[in-house]
Amino acid sequence: MIEKKFHENTCRQECCGLCCTKIEDFGVTIGSTVILENVNLHIHCGELTAIIGPNGAGKSTLIKALLGEMPHTGSLRFVQSNDGSLKVPIMGYVPQSINLDTSSPTCVLDLFLACRSNYPTWLIRSKKEVRRVKERLNRVKAGHLISRRLGALSGGEMQRVLLALALDPVPEILLLDEPVSGIDQNGLELFYETVSDLRKAYDLSIILVSHDLDLVRKYADRVVLLNKTVLITGSPEEVLNSDVFYDTFSLKWQKENRYKGGAVL
Amino acid sequence: MNWWYKLLEVLPFEWAQEGQMIFMKNALLAIILLTPVFALLGTMIVNNGMAFFSDALGHGAFTGVAIGGILGFVEPIGSAVVFSALFAFFIAVIKNKSNMASDTIIGVFSSSAIALGIFLATLGGKSFSKLNSYLIGDILSITPKEISFLAIVLVIVFVFWLFVFNRLLLVSINPSLAGSRGIRTFWYEVVFSCVVAVIVTVSMSWIGLLVINSFLVLPAAAARNIARNQRQYHFLSVMFSLFSGIAGLILSYSFETATGSTIVLISSIIFFFTYILRKKFA
Repeated sequence: MIEKKFHENTCRQECCGLCCTKIEDFGVTIGSTVILENVNLHIHCGELTAIIGPNGAGKSTLIKALLGEMPHTGSLRFVQSNDGSLKVPIMGYVPQSINLDTSSPTCVLDLFLACRSNYPTWLIRSKKEVRRVKERLNRVKAGHLISRRLGALSGGEMQRVLLALALDPVPEILLLDEPVSGIDQNGLELFYETVSDLRKAYDLSIILVSHDLDLVRKYADRVVLLNKTVLITGSPEEVLNSDVFYDTFSLKWQKENRYKGGAVL
Repeated sequence: MNWWYKLLEVLPFEWAQEGQMIFMKNALLAIILLTPVFALLGTMIVNNGMAFFSDALGHGAFTGVAIGGILGFVEPIGSAVVFSALFAFFIAVIKNKSNMASDTIIGVFSSSAIALGIFLATLGGKSFSKLNSYLIGDILSITPKEISFLAIVLVIVFVFWLFVFNRLLLVSINPSLAGSRGIRTFWYEVVFSCVVAVIVTVSMSWIGLLVINSFLVLPAAAARNIARNQRQYHFLSVMFSLFSGIAGLILSYSFETATGSTIVLISSIIFFFTYILRKKFA
């Protein structure tokens, strides 16, 4: 039953033979409210998969469930490229900077060491680790921010720092919450470009929760329309022109005019 | 303890001279042991917005003492430690599993605990006054044996702290980020709550339930005003805590006041001082 659904919903092409991520029959229920059910996704590496959906569709819940922060049904499996064996993937996560406690007296170095090192960051900072953090930050042009307090970073700087953190160690799946505030349109475009470069450079599976449909059209390889369950997946063109997409976002006027005007979004 | 009494003879105080005021010397050693550990745990309590929570833990500890009294222990501290650790565990679990605002849950538990404590302590027409010492606290009554016990507990807490600090810090900054690093955020919070409960309970009779929360919260809050990274935050918190502890003890001797409250007053003065300076360090 599960197998069947999974093929219907997702596997357009056969597994690429490389690594891939299988999200099978995911569901989240809080109390008696069903937030997500029957979510089946198949994500290839080197692809940027954008998750879109209306408010309350369960996008953030899906991310939280994938991170294991929320109890869920179903499974998340990572198939390795070399021998096709299954394992629990290494996750990288870029939270929305707005959800970070920026009043905390924590500098960028503290944040990295808290993730990387077993020694308490207020007591022991090994020179080797500090050098390593500096090098990671330099990759996203943020080396000069190493001793800056988190609260003193701009939205764009914070996003770069968080991205560098998520890439250390290099994950197999990168989960991103698109920044929705504290970052301007140029910053957002830069963010998408960086993420887009990453997928090629590291061959990552990237799952991005997105709110900006223009940028999704431009940068995503695949789009997943989510509303309690997966309504449709496919290329940006396929999804953003589908009937179910227009129905979900209640874009009736655009639906009637979509073939006349070209770009509707 | 003789080495300690000898060491203090260099101090220019009347009570520090040979053969004088042994209780002051004991109290000073206890304060030097206690305050840094409170200051360290306090940094995380302030990070997590748990000031109200740690206050409730003190109430749970009080109920534990009352239960110990009913069961007929001479030293009810053992039952108090068990009860307050359980109490902390249950608040943490319910806080996590429920959608209710955490201050409401803490309010409910804290009032219930203190009510149960007073109910049990006065059951059968007994007088409450024998429990007053837990409310006000008396560091001057500490004995060398109790100091050794305290030292052991504090060393355990400190070692625990070194091991879990990084993970707790990450949880406090962003739980999802911590989750993505494989940290089981919920259990770290529960264990941390229990440790705070234990240390509050064992120290309660010397510091006093009414002011013990300030030992945790004030030094860290003052340090947070002016610290820019975790190293400064911890260093300042410990320094403020030690300074107000030692100064408070000496002043309480001169003014003949309760030591716990005198220490807290000095911490609050430091807090307001750093609050005024905070813009300079931001």
